[in-house]
Amino acid sequence: MTHAPAHPIAPNPRNLDDRGLSETPAQHASYLRDGYTLRSWLLTTDHKRVALLYLASVTMFFFVGGAAAALMRFDLLTPEADLLTNEGYNRAFTLHGVIMVWFFLIPSIPNTFGNFLLPLMIGARDLAFPRLNLLSWYVYMLGGLFTLFVLVAGGVDTGWTFYTPLSSMFAHGHVILAATAVFVVGFSSIMTGLNFIVTVHKLRCPGMTWGRLPLFVWSMYATSLILVLATPVLSVALALIAAERLFGLGIFDPALGGDPLLYQHLFWFYSHPAVYIMVLPALGVVSELVAAAARKPVFGYRFVAGSSLAIAAVGFLVWGHHMFVAGQSMYASAVFSFLSLVVAVPSGIKVYNWTATLYKGDISLDPPFLFAMCFICLFVLGGLTGLVLAMLAIDVHVHDTYFVVAHFHYIMVGGTVAAYFGALHYWWPKIVGRMYSLAWGRVGALLIFFGFNLTFFPQFILGYLGMRRRIHVYAPDFQVLNVLSSAGSSILAAAYLLPLLYLFWSLRRGAPAPPNPWGATGLEWTVPSPPPKHNFEVPPVVTRGAYDYGSRHEGRS
Amino acid sequence: MSGLALWPEQASAYAAEVDRLVLGVTVLIVLLSAPVFVLIVAFAVKYRRGRAADRSHQVNRRVGLEVSWAVIPFVLLIGFYVWAARLFFDAHSPPADAIEIQVLAKQWMWKFQHAGGQREINELHVPAGQPVRLTMASQDVIHSLYVPALRLKQDVVPGRYTTLWFNADRPGAYALECAEFCGADHAAMGGHLVVLTPTEYAAWLEKSGVDESLAAQGARLFRSHGCSGCHAAAATVHAPPLEGLFGRPVPLQDGSLVTADEQYIRDSILLPQAQLAAGYPPIMPTFRNVLSEDEVLRLVAYIKSLAADAPERPR
Repeated sequence: MTHAPAHPIAPNPRNLDDRGLSETPAQHASYLRDGYTLRSWLLTTDHKRVALLYLASVTMFFFVGGAAAALMRFDLLTPEADLLTNEGYNRAFTLHGVIMVWFFLIPSIPNTFGNFLLPLMIGARDLAFPRLNLLSWYVYMLGGLFTLFVLVAGGVDTGWTFYTPLSSMFAHGHVILAATAVFVVGFSSIMTGLNFIVTVHKLRCPGMTWGRLPLFVWSMYATSLILVLATPVLSVALALIAAERLFGLGIFDPALGGDPLLYQHLFWFYSHPAVYIMVLPALGVVSELVAAAARKPVFGYRFVAGSSLAIAAVGFLVWGHHMFVAGQSMYASAVFSFLSLVVAVPSGIKVYNWTATLYKGDISLDPPFLFAMCFICLFVLGGLTGLVLAMLAIDVHVHDTYFVVAHFHYIMVGGTVAAYFGALHYWWPKIVGRMYSLAWGRVGALLIFFGFNLTFFPQFILGYLGMRRRIHVYAPDFQVLNVLSSAGSSILAAAYLLPLLYLFWSLRRGAPAPPNPWGATGLEWTVPSPPPKHNFEVPPVVTRGAYDYGSRHEGRS
Repeated sequence: MSGLALWPEQASAYAAEVDRLVLGVTVLIVLLSAPVFVLIVAFAVKYRRGRAADRSHQVNRRVGLEVSWAVIPFVLLIGFYVWAARLFFDAHSPPADAIEIQVLAKQWMWKFQHAGGQREINELHVPAGQPVRLTMASQDVIHSLYVPALRLKQDVVPGRYTTLWFNADRPGAYALECAEFCGADHAAMGGHLVVLTPTEYAAWLEKSGVDESLAAQGARLFRSHGCSGCHAAAATVHAPPLEGLFGRPVPLQDGSLVTADEQYIRDSILLPQAQLAAGYPPIMPTFRNVLSEDEVLRLVAYIKSLAADAPERPR
C-alpha cells in the first residue's frame, strides 16, 4: 500500500503529485460538517450530499404516492363508489402510478444509495462528473414540480401507461403537463446512468478489478446501461403524444391515420426494461446484505454478477408480453412468451445462490438482514407469478386484472421497497454516523412483511376471479378479499411510517456508529462513519476480492 | 359485507382447461419456491449468529450445482409453455361454422349486432354448445372485451378489427366487461353474456327479430351511399365487382396478394388508396368521415353475404 505524504497546512492545488489534492485538515471532517448553510447543500457537488438531497426528495414523493394509494384502498372497501367519483378514482391511480414509478422507484436505490456508495465502494473520491450529478437532482426536482403542479391543478386520467388514443385525443386531464414531467425526469435518469457508467470504468482505485467489484456495483452498472439505452425511447414516445395532442399530428390515433399499437410497442420497449431499472439495484443491495448477514462470500460471485448483465440484456427483448391480448400476431406472442421464461433464469440463479450463501453462514438477524430475507421471499413470489403471466393462455385471462397488480407490487413494493428499507437500515449508520434502535428496526421489518402480504396476496385471488384493475365499482363477491387487502394496506402504511420515527430519533439520540458496525467487508466500511468529505484519507489499494470473510474450518465462530 | 368467492365460474370446456393449466403451474411454483422459504428459515435458525453449529465450508461456488438450478426449472417450465401456447393458438383459430356476431365498442358501452339484424346493448345472447365468433371494432379508444367465465379477453382497437371466438357450453348469465382502461366510466362499462340453450336461443332470436338482416341493412347503405353506382354489375365505372370477393385472395397493384377478409374490406372502404386491387384505377373516394364504424360493420356483413351468392369467377 502506498502512503501519501502528510498534508501540508496550506494545500497546493497545482501539485499534482499530492494525492490528498487540495484538502485542508478541516475537510477531513465528516461530509456532514462541511458547511451548514442551505447553500452548502443546494450547491454541493459531493456525491454523498447529493445522495441525501435525493433521499429527502424520493421519500417525500413516496409518501405523496402512498397517500394516493391510501385513498384508493379506502374507496375499495365497498363495492360501490362512495369516496371518490369515477374521475377522481382514475386520477388517484394515475398519479399513484406516475409518482411511484418515475419519482420513487426508478430513482430510489440508484440515486440515493448508488450515489452515496458507488464512489465509496470502488475507492473513488466522487463520481466522474460531480456537477452533472447535482444537475440531475435539479432536473429531477423540475420534473417533480411539474408533477406536483399536475396534482394541484386537478390531475391526469390516463393511467401511468398513457395508452393512446385515450391519452392523445380523449383524456381531459393535464396529459401534456404530466408527460412533460416524465420527459424531464428522464433526463435526470440518463445523466445519472451516464455518470455511473463512466465512474465504474474510470475511477476504480488500484487493485479494484472488475472481478473484485462488490455485487452492488455490478447491478448499478447493469442498471445504468438500461437507463441510458431505454429512457430515450420513452422520451420520444411521450413527445409524440404531445405532438398528436397539441398539433393533431397523426401518429397513434387511427382517426388521424396513426397506429395505437405503435405507442404500446414504444412504451413497453422502455417500460419493461424499466422494471429491471427498479429491481436490479434491489438485487444488488440484497447480494450485499446476504453476504454481510452470513459473513460469507456470496455463493457463485460470477454467476450473480453475470446474471445482472443477463437480466439487463434479455430484459430488452420481452416487451411484447404486455401485449398478448392487444392484437399483436400470435406468433410474436409465442416468441415473447418464451423469452419471458428465459429472463427468469438469471433471477432464479440469484435467489438460489443467496440461499446457498446462507448455508453454514454466521447469520445475523439484525434489521437490514431481516429486510433482505423479506425481500427474497416476496421477490420469489413476485417472480414466479411473473412466470404464470408469461404463459399465454393464462395471461389472456388475468391480463389487466388484479393478478397483474399483485404480481408487480410483489416485485416493486415487496421487492424493491423492502430492499430500499434494507439498504437504509444497513447503511444508515454510515450515512449519518448514528445507530438506530435495532429492536424497533426488527419490528419494522416484520410489520412490513406481514402488512405487505395481507395487502397484496388477496389480490392474486381477486385477479383470478376476474376483478379488473383500474375500477372502483366491483362485484359484491369480491368484497371480503378487498377488505382484507385494505386492512393490510393500513398496517403497511403504519409500517412505512415507523422507520421514519426511529431513524429520525437516532439522528439526535442514537449512539455514535463505529466505522464498521456490522463487521462487513467493503471499502465503505473502512472509512469513518460518516465518511470525510473526500471519502478516503489515502487512496485505497485493493488486494483481495469482495466478501473476503475468510473461510472457517472450526465448528464454532 | 356480502360475499366471498374463491374460484371463478366456468362457462366452457376451454375455461376448465385453463384452470387445469393454472393448477399445474401453481404446483410447479410451490415446488420451486418452497425450498427457498424452508431453507432460509432453517438456515436462519440453525446458523444463527452466536449459536454453535458446524460452519466449516471450503467452496463458494459449484458450477454444476448452479447450472442445474438454472436449467432444471427452465426445462420444467417449457412443458407448461407448450401447453399454454397450444391453448392460446386454439383460442385464435375459430372453426369455420361459428356463428358470426359483430361487436362495436365505444365509451362506455358494448353494442352487439347479430347476423339476423338483432341488436343489443351490454347484453350478448348466444346459444350453448355452438362456436361463436365476434368481429370487434372500436369507435374511439382501446377497449377490451373480457368474460372471466370464459377465461378470455381480447382488446378492441380502433382502426382495425380484432376477433374472439368461444364455445360456451353451460347456460347461464356471466359477467362481460371492459378490461382496458378507457376513460371516465371504464368501471361501469360492462354487462352480461347470456348463454341460452339452443331452443331458448331460437326463441330469443324470434322475439328480438327485426325486419332486416344485418346484410340487408348493409345493402341499403350500399345503395344509399352510392357504392352500387360503381360496384354494381351494370355500372360503367371500372370498379372491382364484389360478388364472391370475400375470402378470396386479391392481387394488389404492388404485386402482393391479400386475402379479402373483414379487415381488408373495412380498409378498402375507409382507406381505399392503401391497398389498390391490381388493374383498377385509384378513383374510389374515402368514406372515412362519411360512414361510422357501425355502418362499415353492416357493409362488411353485406359484402360477406355476396360471397355465397356469386359463382366462381375465372381470374
